[in-house]
Amino acid sequence: MSMDIQERVIHTPEFTPGNALQIPIYRVLQQDGSVIPGALVPELDEAQALKIYRAMVFTRVLDERMLAAQRQGRLSFYLQSTGEEATTVGFAAALDDADMIMAQYREQGALAYRGFSVEEFMNQLFGNDQDYGKGRQMPIHYGSRELHYMTISSPLATQIPQAAGYAYGQKLAGQQRCTVTVFGEGAASEGDFHAALNMAAVLKVPVIFLCRNNGYAISTPSSEQFAADGIAPRAVGYGMQSIRVDGNDVLAVCKAMQEARKLAVEQNEPVLVEAMSYRLAAHSSSDDPSGYRNKAEEDKWRAKDPILRMKNWLLAQNWWDDTREKQLLEELRQQVLAAMKLAQQRPPARLEDLITDVYDEPPALLRQQLENLKAHIRKYPEAYPKSAGGIDHG
Amino acid sequence: MAEMNLLQAINNALDIAMASNDKVICFGEDVGVFGGVFRATSHLQEKYGRARCFNTPLVEQGIIGFANGLAAQGSVPVAEIQFADYIFPAFDQIVNEAAKFRYRSGNLFDVGGLTIRTPYGGGIAGGLYHSQSPEAYFAHTPGLKIVVPRNPHQAKGLLLAAIRDPNPVLFFEPKRIYRASVSEVPEEDYELPLGQAEVLKEGADITLLAWGAQMEPLEKAADLAEKEGISCEIIDLRSILPWDADTVAASVMKTGRLLISHEAPLTGGFAGEIAATIQERCFLYLESPISRVTGLDTPFPLVLEKEYLPDQLKIFEAIKHSVNF
Ligand SMILES: Cc1ncc(C[n+]2csc(CCOP(=O)(O)OP(=O)(O)O)c2C)c(N)n1
Ligand SMILES: [Mg+2]
Repeated sequence: MSMDIQERVIHTPEFTPGNALQIPIYRVLQQDGSVIPGALVPELDEAQALKIYRAMVFTRVLDERMLAAQRQGRLSFYLQSTGEEATTVGFAAALDDADMIMAQYREQGALAYRGFSVEEFMNQLFGNDQDYGKGRQMPIHYGSRELHYMTISSPLATQIPQAAGYAYGQKLAGQQRCTVTVFGEGAASEGDFHAALNMAAVLKVPVIFLCRNNGYAISTPSSEQFAADGIAPRAVGYGMQSIRVDGNDVLAVCKAMQEARKLAVEQNEPVLVEAMSYRLAAHSSSDDPSGYRNKAEEDKWRAKDPILRMKNWLLAQNWWDDTREKQLLEELRQQVLAAMKLAQQRPPARLEDLITDVYDEPPALLRQQLENLKAHIRKYPEAYPKSAGGIDHG
Repeated sequence: MAEMNLLQAINNALDIAMASNDKVICFGEDVGVFGGVFRATSHLQEKYGRARCFNTPLVEQGIIGFANGLAAQGSVPVAEIQFADYIFPAFDQIVNEAAKFRYRSGNLFDVGGLTIRTPYGGGIAGGLYHSQSPEAYFAHTPGLKIVVPRNPHQAKGLLLAAIRDPNPVLFFEPKRIYRASVSEVPEEDYELPLGQAEVLKEGADITLLAWGAQMEPLEKAADLAEKEGISCEIIDLRSILPWDADTVAASVMKTGRLLISHEAPLTGGFAGEIAATIQERCFLYLESPISRVTGLDTPFPLVLEKEYLPDQLKIFEAIKHSVNF
């Protein structure tokens, strides 16, 4: 036991029950858009509220359209964030735009809020010659240096200890910034999660661990993921502050994150935020949830739609109306469709980029491998339609 | 006999293993009600109950650590790692624990009951993290057995043998051909030998060697070569560790040439190990340098995966090059 812990000595065995710590859910908005009396509301002016709403609606439109594109065979893969937009946009809205985000893969809302353009989304999804990732990663593995959004990595939870390290660097550099890492309640089972929390707490790191508890990890319900009361109590075990919010309530998410950011940046206190929500769509385009959950459960959560909840609040503020809603939907759908067409027509990633970025410079053996490959493709151009055309004029 | 695809054959092998030995336990991410993301464990929970077939929390190091403990206790765990790309959090439990359990205790304890199943390989638009072939990392680990089946018939017999083998076995499943590969499979219980390669076709001019999903382009390349009058001997290595050097050496002494193909990168790939051993054993018989047709020395790409992969045309070219050396 650490010398700092005040020892209370007992003389009969006394166990602390596993459910001793019950953490409440912070909620501000009712589904009808009314603010719960007495609830603490984040500071949000009309312009920022509308910016948040726009990003949420954009995310929904993008997800719907791109899943359809996947179904039509235009994309190999897609992954929706339907139902979690209040969390993924709301957390970003509480940050400074220069704070680092290290996300899992379902956080396109945060990127949209930060201004990742629809063209940038499309270039990654189609892996064309404009994709920052050079056509190397599956669709939805976005990244943006300009927007302080670390490129997504598929191996789960690896970004969580990295976020602690990144934030420690920010602290040493005196940047007055924090890092937010986002992950699912499933990924929180990985060893990396536990390593990260402990290190962040011990090293006093300005990092916010944001867990999206959406009830499922692919087919595995959270009841088979952990025996405890969710993820939030774990932080306490590591000696850090923790809060649980209604993840479908954008105001609650935003306010909780604003407060968490203060703790992180002003006091170098790491914080865990657990956002309670539900993954309304399939895990991804490769998944069919009818094999492991029922529609009644889905419908219960569909009725808690976070976008509708925010819209109701905006209407109550007199900041929104149905005409503007219609215009917005129309505008975003057009935007997505037009950008998709353009991105799809662009040439694929360049053959040369097969060997770049493995190291800062391709080693000799690898350059030789590329030359051999080019000679081979020249011999059989019809077998390699993606690269044969551009092979001699890079 | 029944017609099965590779997934059905694996499912059938697991079913037989669980029915014939109640110590056999199957678990991993999503393997319970859902039957695994590829459905290899479909209906096993229904049939054998939640105690013997279950979802684990999402933690690979935990899955294999837990499996090691179960195996040490005398159970027969068959743990699934959802993708071979995600086996690395369990690397320590496999390489430092499973592989050395027996050795370090002087055979007081062992985890011989352990089998780890995991889908590997590319060609499914999976990019960096749903395409890797990590067999060579594990081949550097004495104490493990490594098996890779090429079709449903092989998969069933080899998996049953792996589960019953008294050593920890890593069983890599070629996911690209999970559904595409269909063959007649005996319905009864049978095993195929571990550590033994299989000569699929005899030939005179060159020995072609691969394993798992790579057998398909290898056989296609052999067809192309035959049309040019080159007679190919085709061998499926089947077990990477321990591997059957005798069968390969005997073949190379006959043909005088060897080509090895795998999807994993060239440098440090298992083909290098085979080439070193065979040149030692067959030096005076070799008519051309041993040829390796492999992935590039890069991570696995996405959009240009066709360019990256060692396909039948690349193998065909290498065959001609070897024969005309
Ligand atoms: C290390 C690792 N293991 C397994 C996987 C396969 N996998 C991808 S997503 C997923 C479920 C993740 O669930 P959760 O963290 O709750 O996030 P959600 O999908 O619900 O947003 C799994 C098992 C992976 N990507 N990485
Ligand atoms: Mg989840």
